[in-house]
Amino acid sequence: MTAIRNPHPETQDGQVSFARVLAKALLLFFLLNLLYALLQPQPALGRISLYNRLFPGRVRLPYGDVPERAYNLSLFNLEAMLASHEISAAPKSPAEYRVLLIGDSSTWGFLLPPEETLSAQINRLGLSLPDGRRVRAYNLGYPVMSLTKDLLLLSYGMHYDPDLVVWLHTLESLPRDKQLFPPLLQQNPQPVRELIQRYNLPLEAEAGALAKPTFWQRTLIGDRRNLADLFRLQAYGVLWSATGIDQDIPASYTPVMSDLEADDSFHGLQPPHLQPSDLAIEVIAAGVQMAQGVPVLLVNEPMFISQGKNSQIRYNFYYPRWAYDDYRSLMRSASQQNGWRYLDLWDLAPPQEFTNSAVHLNPTGSRRLAERLAPEIIEIAEQGK
Amino acid sequence: MTLTQLAVLIAIALAGGWLLPPNRRAWALALLSLLAIFWLQPAIAVRGLDFWLPTAALGLALLTWAVSRPSPQTLTRSDGIALSVVLLLVLLVALNRYLPALCCLTPGRPPQATAVITGLALISALALVGWRLRARPLTPLLAILLLVSAFLVLKSEPLARLASAALRSASGQDASLASALDLRWLGYSYLAFRLLHVLRDAQEKKHYPASLPEFLAYALFFPAYTSGPIDRLPRFLTDLRQEQRDRRQDVRAGGLRLLQGALKKYVLADTLAIFSLDPANALQVNSPMWMWLLLYAYALRLYLDFSGYTDIAIGLGRLLGIRLPENFNAPYLKTNLTGFWNAWHITLAQWFRAYFFNPLTRWLRTHPAKPPIWAIILVGQTGVMLLIGLWHGLTWNFALWGLWHAAGLFVHNRWSEWQRARGWTAPARPWQQRVLAAGGWLLTFNFVSLGWVWFALPDLQSSLHVLQALLGMKP
Repeated sequence: MTAIRNPHPETQDGQVSFARVLAKALLLFFLLNLLYALLQPQPALGRISLYNRLFPGRVRLPYGDVPERAYNLSLFNLEAMLASHEISAAPKSPAEYRVLLIGDSSTWGFLLPPEETLSAQINRLGLSLPDGRRVRAYNLGYPVMSLTKDLLLLSYGMHYDPDLVVWLHTLESLPRDKQLFPPLLQQNPQPVRELIQRYNLPLEAEAGALAKPTFWQRTLIGDRRNLADLFRLQAYGVLWSATGIDQDIPASYTPVMSDLEADDSFHGLQPPHLQPSDLAIEVIAAGVQMAQGVPVLLVNEPMFISQGKNSQIRYNFYYPRWAYDDYRSLMRSASQQNGWRYLDLWDLAPPQEFTNSAVHLNPTGSRRLAERLAPEIIEIAEQGK
Repeated sequence: MTLTQLAVLIAIALAGGWLLPPNRRAWALALLSLLAIFWLQPAIAVRGLDFWLPTAALGLALLTWAVSRPSPQTLTRSDGIALSVVLLLVLLVALNRYLPALCCLTPGRPPQATAVITGLALISALALVGWRLRARPLTPLLAILLLVSAFLVLKSEPLARLASAALRSASGQDASLASALDLRWLGYSYLAFRLLHVLRDAQEKKHYPASLPEFLAYALFFPAYTSGPIDRLPRFLTDLRQEQRDRRQDVRAGGLRLLQGALKKYVLADTLAIFSLDPANALQVNSPMWMWLLLYAYALRLYLDFSGYTDIAIGLGRLLGIRLPENFNAPYLKTNLTGFWNAWHITLAQWFRAYFFNPLTRWLRTHPAKPPIWAIILVGQTGVMLLIGLWHGLTWNFALWGLWHAAGLFVHNRWSEWQRARGWTAPARPWQQRVLAAGGWLLTFNFVSLGWVWFALPDLQSSLHVLQALLGMKP
């Protein structure tokens, strides 16, 4: 006579064997980590978003150093960043003339509430084209100055069918040592490497900054911080929806520095002249090429021009006069040579329209810039018909 | 409590639960708990205070033990040894000042050895005086007053700031930087409740036969030290002295409870905390709908956070073979406010019932003025709820929160009485019962949630702002 086998080997005398359950749980956890490391599902996970479904899309890309006060946070999952943006809400309608704004913290709108950023100011102008289409600007600016960072965001922005790209930049985005500096690039080495290779950019694709993640970093445990950020971004959607706040704007801040050091160096470069090779102008060329026929308006963004101490040597904290003057001249000639549409608005805003940095505009300055860009946008749109 | 601290405590509890023989458990738990309260105490800006506060907790426990002994009893040799070992252990912890290897036992550098020896001598002297004078009726009362006074200082912002300024001056620091946050005495509230229970019972001539190690294990029991539950000494002793227990079952049940607690606290509550109502977002929300959502998030977060900590405490206790009492029983599913308070922070409500409500109502019932029953209930419930509110902090908002619940409980009590007097019975049909239960639940949950507005915000003005916003009365 054979003994009746226990149909549930995990149970003994009706009780669950804790050790077996624990062993199975550990095995499953190990397998899940392995699977995660092999599949690398971060982009797919990033596209799963509550924004534009449960919550309204954010009007600018997620960025924030103090999440609990900004209801926003910095993360590195580009798909998640774009999925949380209002640009992902719906495909472009035929009645829309879509303008992508690419740039640094000035374009993003540092110290400006969402309704005062450049894109919001352009939209508030209510621009319409003769064919009835309404101009709708989207803010894809992101803090930290680097043309390569802008190029990376443009490569994602191009999936949203823009009619015009307005690429705002300043000299500080062009030095070669700034190109791979932003953490957003360092945390996204693969797409950056692809850009470098595709456009043959003279940047070190295998540089330490773009190191490949180790196997451990690719596991669920190694990637836990990024996953938590992804989750937190969704949770902060509640407060974004409830308050319309996406930045911690202090009641007071240190105003832009007017008295300057008597230092005429710029990123280790010395006067008298900048050379074209000192600047990553080829990244702009790559961006224009990437746009594939979509017009690109290059804008040298307004900057603070100091009248204070040593202002005969420097324009502001960032720039000695010689370097900035040379940069403007180099950009002008590069634009002429390449047929780029280039708008030099370096002195558009008076000093009182800057906030805490030489490129951060206050609402008045932001509106002034929008009003200056408006006729250009209309003109390009009409030319492109 | 951080996840790292939790992991260490679990390891200690697992090892302790498996390895300790029953006759050594009280000793081991007392000493482990003493070390844990030094280790868990947060760092404080006032020099040496993060060492003195756990030391004072030990002192209060010793004093309570001494005062609560029955008077003919003499000090045994075993108790003398226990006292010496405990004091020696504190001295060893203080050596952290000189031995970097013990760096992690205290959050800051302990005071000089001479100061520690003096402090321990004072504590011992106080306990000795308590022991000598314990037969006098005034002695437990003085000990109770000492505990309550410390409580008042800790819970009152102006008093805490004054105390901080005094302590800063005494330690040669700038008194102008004094802050109520300087007096973050980890676990004092729960320690005070445990000690007050023993002292009040001693006043009533109820003495529990706990040896000094057993009493210290009870008073300082590390799983329940920071957030309760508030256990009772006779129940704790039963578990502590139990010689036979199923260790496997304890590990299984404790482990499961720890998992539940960690999930509630570190995953659910911490996520809800991101968008729960708080003093900053309360003034920024732009629509009633979102305000309600933030309020509900706060209500759930509070429950998950607190009951998560309770699960962790119960789980850790179970690993050590101690079955701590339950503190929650699905409070948000209750269909009336009385049910809610029988299921929310159960051990605190029971404590107040035993040591405040029952004596007070008993006294009122026998009072020559013969107040009506409804007045006795009103006074009793208002007193209890006000005290529970003020236990969280001596502020107007906590008082209002207590009064809010007192009013709700009184109304529910009168409603029940009114129904009973008219012979009202529950509807016979199941669907009618379900509708009635759903209505009761909806009313109760929203009443409790609205009450959290007083609790979550620091002042009357912001609370009124939120209440108006919830009702759509804010533009």
